[in-house]
Amino acid sequence: MMDLKQDWQKPYQISTKTQESKLIIYLTGEFGLKNLASFAGEITSLFSQQKIRAMDIDFSGITYLDSAAALSIIQVQKAATAENIDCSLINLNDETKGIFSVIYEKALTRSPLKEKETREGLVTQIGGASLNILHDVVTFITFAGELLSALSYTVLHPQSLRTRDVLFYMKRAGVDGLPIVGLISMLIGLILAFMSYLQLRSVGANIYVPSLVSFAMVKELGPIMTAILVAGRSGSAFAAEIGTMVVNEEVDALTSMGFDPVRFLAVPKVLAAVIVVPLLTLYADLFGIIGGLIVGITGLDLTAHTYIIQSVKTIQVFDVVTSLIKAAVFAVIIAGIGCQKGFQVRSGAQDVGKYTTSAVVAAIFLIVVADSIFAIMFYYMR
Amino acid sequence: MQSPEHKPIIVVENATVRFGSNTVLENVSFQVNKGEILVIVGESGCGKTTLLKIMIGLQKTTAGRVLFRESNIMNAGQMELNNYRQNIGVLFQSSALFSSMTLKENIALPLQEYTNLDSATIDLIVRMKLGMVNLAGYENHSPAELSGGMKKRAGIARAMALDPIVLFFDELSAGLDPITAVELDDLIIKTNEALGTTMVVVSHELQSICKIADRVIMLDKATKGIIAEGTPADLKEKATDPRVRSFFLRQAPEHNSQDRSYVR
Repeated sequence: MMDLKQDWQKPYQISTKTQESKLIIYLTGEFGLKNLASFAGEITSLFSQQKIRAMDIDFSGITYLDSAAALSIIQVQKAATAENIDCSLINLNDETKGIFSVIYEKALTRSPLKEKETREGLVTQIGGASLNILHDVVTFITFAGELLSALSYTVLHPQSLRTRDVLFYMKRAGVDGLPIVGLISMLIGLILAFMSYLQLRSVGANIYVPSLVSFAMVKELGPIMTAILVAGRSGSAFAAEIGTMVVNEEVDALTSMGFDPVRFLAVPKVLAAVIVVPLLTLYADLFGIIGGLIVGITGLDLTAHTYIIQSVKTIQVFDVVTSLIKAAVFAVIIAGIGCQKGFQVRSGAQDVGKYTTSAVVAAIFLIVVADSIFAIMFYYMR
Repeated sequence: MQSPEHKPIIVVENATVRFGSNTVLENVSFQVNKGEILVIVGESGCGKTTLLKIMIGLQKTTAGRVLFRESNIMNAGQMELNNYRQNIGVLFQSSALFSSMTLKENIALPLQEYTNLDSATIDLIVRMKLGMVNLAGYENHSPAELSGGMKKRAGIARAMALDPIVLFFDELSAGLDPITAVELDDLIIKTNEALGTTMVVVSHELQSICKIADRVIMLDKATKGIIAEGTPADLKEKATDPRVRSFFLRQAPEHNSQDRSYVR
């Protein structure tokens, strides 16, 4: 009956015949979603201009009909009734009757069970946003407590630590990050050396370029750049991983088995980050100085020997130690925020994206805040 | 039930799928007739879902052809494949509704993408489809607000959005309670009868299979191919193959009972 090939280019045909005050519309060909827009309008225009009392739509010539087309014919029928034309559908075969049998009038007219969500006013939005910030602070503090208790449990029961996970995340966050951290640090060192050379050459103080580069790298740029890179690479990964586990009910499964999800999922990540970020920071410092060295040798007429002596002279043990402490604190921030945001995911792919973004943004923000606190603290400690 | 016209709409010819050295399907041939409900059964891991995926064009065969209206979709270009996909609808195991959209937006998406209808008409079509799957009034709900059975029905409504010629169902009643599963079976039968849509269903719910299937093909894990084909009644009563018998009579295969147990 219905052909397998629907050729939508083939024109359907609509012909009419008038008997007394009755209009008969013959539909021939294929009527479906693809030509819905045109034929519905055509049929409507046939009766809307004429003074008729009754109208029949004849289905005997139809070779293909889908539910969307049937629906639009029902709409035509309704439009005709609205104009006081008695419209009936005739010569339907079993197949077309079947299609009409699953179109329910109630479904078409029923009002939605739930209203469309409307946009809130500005005041409500600001209020909501403020409450959200408050809620974020509360969850953050709660999570910090949970993390602390889980960490102390791990310290007291070292056998409970999932060492394989720690090693895995050390590789992910540390070893896999070596190329990009090295490259960025070297470029930073290079830029730093070049910029300071442009300023210092006017007073003939080229010899201080190595000091400036190594001092800036070790004290500030090394830890900060490394922390930002790790936040982008691993903080986001932690959030996305835990978030997806929440969506897949894996976190619920852990809880139902009596595991503490924080101890199970967050502790290995935090420990791995604490071990790896200070090491990455040292590595970044080294590459920053190498970057400066390249400029020093090629542009400043310094020998490698002088450059290294100058660099080493500037850096004191105190600076290196404090930069490592900073790096460790940054690591806790990055991994902690990453995991916390992951646990905040409730449902759906969009939530995972939202909290992954927020993990990176919050981590970078807190890193900078922590760094300013350290700057003041270390100044008074000297 | 509509009389199957024995007019093949999809033909799978000697399909073989291998992932590395792991063979999932070996030399599978069968056809889907127009207007019928074909159920693919077999134990877990026998390649049912892979078979479904090659029919949807999500998985390429290592060898063999899949014909839809005489054209091979295995070597079809992206354009032809997209054309093919407008003629089919798929209900995935997890319903796969887009969680960030309401039901209306989910169902309207293919209509907006593939037709040039105005939004009022699309709206009306969406309401009609929701009515067909008995979800009238739920257009502004998001998928997260629905129960498992409702999600499946909403998934069916989305799969039917473009009035497809063939509907595919992966694990139709997986994870549903018996009553919801029966309701879903009824919906499938009704849709098949009313719209004449051809349906390919992957399932291992025996009751559901016997109820909805016009024809069943059974895949086997060991041979990676079809070991039985026929109506559910045929397979239940006339099959001689022990694997088919154990499936339809709900008995565990013999090797399980012969395994030595520690406690006698």
